[in-house]
Amino acid sequence: MRDELIDPHARIVVIGAGQAGFTACAKLRDLGHQGPVTLIGEEAHPPYQRPPLSKGYLLGEITEGRLYFRPLSFYEERSIDLRLSATATAIDRDGKAVALTDGATIAYDRLILTTGARPRTLPTDIGGDLDGVFCVRSLADINAMVERFRLDQRVLIVGGGYIGLEAAAVAAKLGLKVTVIEAAPRILQRVACPETSAYFRHLHGQRGVTLLEGAALEALEGEDGRVRYARLVDGSVIPVDFVIAGVGVIPNVELAEAAGLSIDNGIAVDENCRTSDPHIYAAGDCASFPWSSGRIRLESVGNAIEQAEAVARSLTGMPSRYDAKPWFWSDQYDVKLQIAGLSAGYDNVVTRLGAAGSVSYWYYRGEQLLAVDAMNEPRVYMVAKRLIEAGRSPSAEIVSDPATDLKSLLL
Amino acid sequence: MPKISIVAKDGTVFEIHAEPGTSLMENAVRNSVPGIEAECGGACACATCHVYVDEAWQEEVGSPGAIEADMLDFAYDIRPSSRLSCQIKIVDALDGLIVRMPERQS
Repeated sequence: MRDELIDPHARIVVIGAGQAGFTACAKLRDLGHQGPVTLIGEEAHPPYQRPPLSKGYLLGEITEGRLYFRPLSFYEERSIDLRLSATATAIDRDGKAVALTDGATIAYDRLILTTGARPRTLPTDIGGDLDGVFCVRSLADINAMVERFRLDQRVLIVGGGYIGLEAAAVAAKLGLKVTVIEAAPRILQRVACPETSAYFRHLHGQRGVTLLEGAALEALEGEDGRVRYARLVDGSVIPVDFVIAGVGVIPNVELAEAAGLSIDNGIAVDENCRTSDPHIYAAGDCASFPWSSGRIRLESVGNAIEQAEAVARSLTGMPSRYDAKPWFWSDQYDVKLQIAGLSAGYDNVVTRLGAAGSVSYWYYRGEQLLAVDAMNEPRVYMVAKRLIEAGRSPSAEIVSDPATDLKSLLL
Repeated sequence: MPKISIVAKDGTVFEIHAEPGTSLMENAVRNSVPGIEAECGGACACATCHVYVDEAWQEEVGSPGAIEADMLDFAYDIRPSSRLSCQIKIVDALDGLIVRMPERQS
């Protein structure tokens, strides 16, 4: 379905000032949209990058100002009305207006929802509200925990996903005593193959991190309101100075849901990033979109950028069909993991050994290449990304042979 | 602060006062130089901040590291002067540096 052309002077309101919201606004101006653009963000900071929060920023290698996408002057120069510390409370679809907590309403012709996701928290009845329990999502989250990252402090990380493992890597580098617990039988189980799990298990083990798999948290216990111990389901007790929960995120769909938009593991959009209301679009972590025979929701910077750009193109009358090309990365110690594609549904994994301990794991369903995890193998990543995007699947024999010239696979 | 000139693909020259310790990419992005995508924000993970370093400056800027070189190998229209701008750290000695943007990033 082709979008109807919109008036270049249409009023566009964007709710959520993360990567997707920022990108949508910047791209609208790049593409020449002349009407008012309003960007509503809950946080007090100018829009900023989140990936470094659990990496270089937590490590103290980069300052807060360097996380900002642009200086505040950018928004003024581009006539983007940036409303910080502002929360949207309701969408009036009939009246085409957004209500804010301060009582203001902002009228729109087109609305873009880039509300993102929030971290799942540990339940309060197991001590999730104790002082010293943190999560990793916002600058405020990191600023609250950063002073705890001191030599010999004991940190427990609940959840062995990428966020938890990145936090563990920073903590270990800074000399903390780090324990990671993962309730599933192995770390990264939801997102990666056993080979990739084993790679990172070994990496963290080498750096002195205690990694407990199949280890579920029963409760956190405190003294004077501060967390002191973690009790696991198997009865063991771990003394802690602080705790980081890295147990996934929940898409922020409440505003859309209350407005009666279709929700399906996120705000449901069509291939043109449009919600069930033709005047409202959604992009980024909060949006679920058609993929293969079903639908998916991606939590990644790459998706936030590309989907938001697709929305901006659509709103400026250009072809807008969003064709997701999933890619991800993670930095832990001196290992750069780059992931091309989506591994969900794989039934076999092919190993390709590289030089100096680098390695890549290629996920197949039958003969079809779905995804590649590349550890310190940027060449493999770049080739794999192109192969997957082109729908090409080199055979297991060719991939696993270290003598195969990677570039030849692209010919 | 070192003054850097970035030549956009249409020939427009952006003269930027770059802050020592930051990357060339960050300075280009902050000043809205067109043609730098830098999707990964400087993690050397995406190869969308490719630039050509002016011949006179190649020695001072230096050559790419191992990961950068591997990423660059797959960038569009790579040349001996190619670098990923997120990996070029601004120092005072780069005052006067000139870089040029490629036709496109990928």
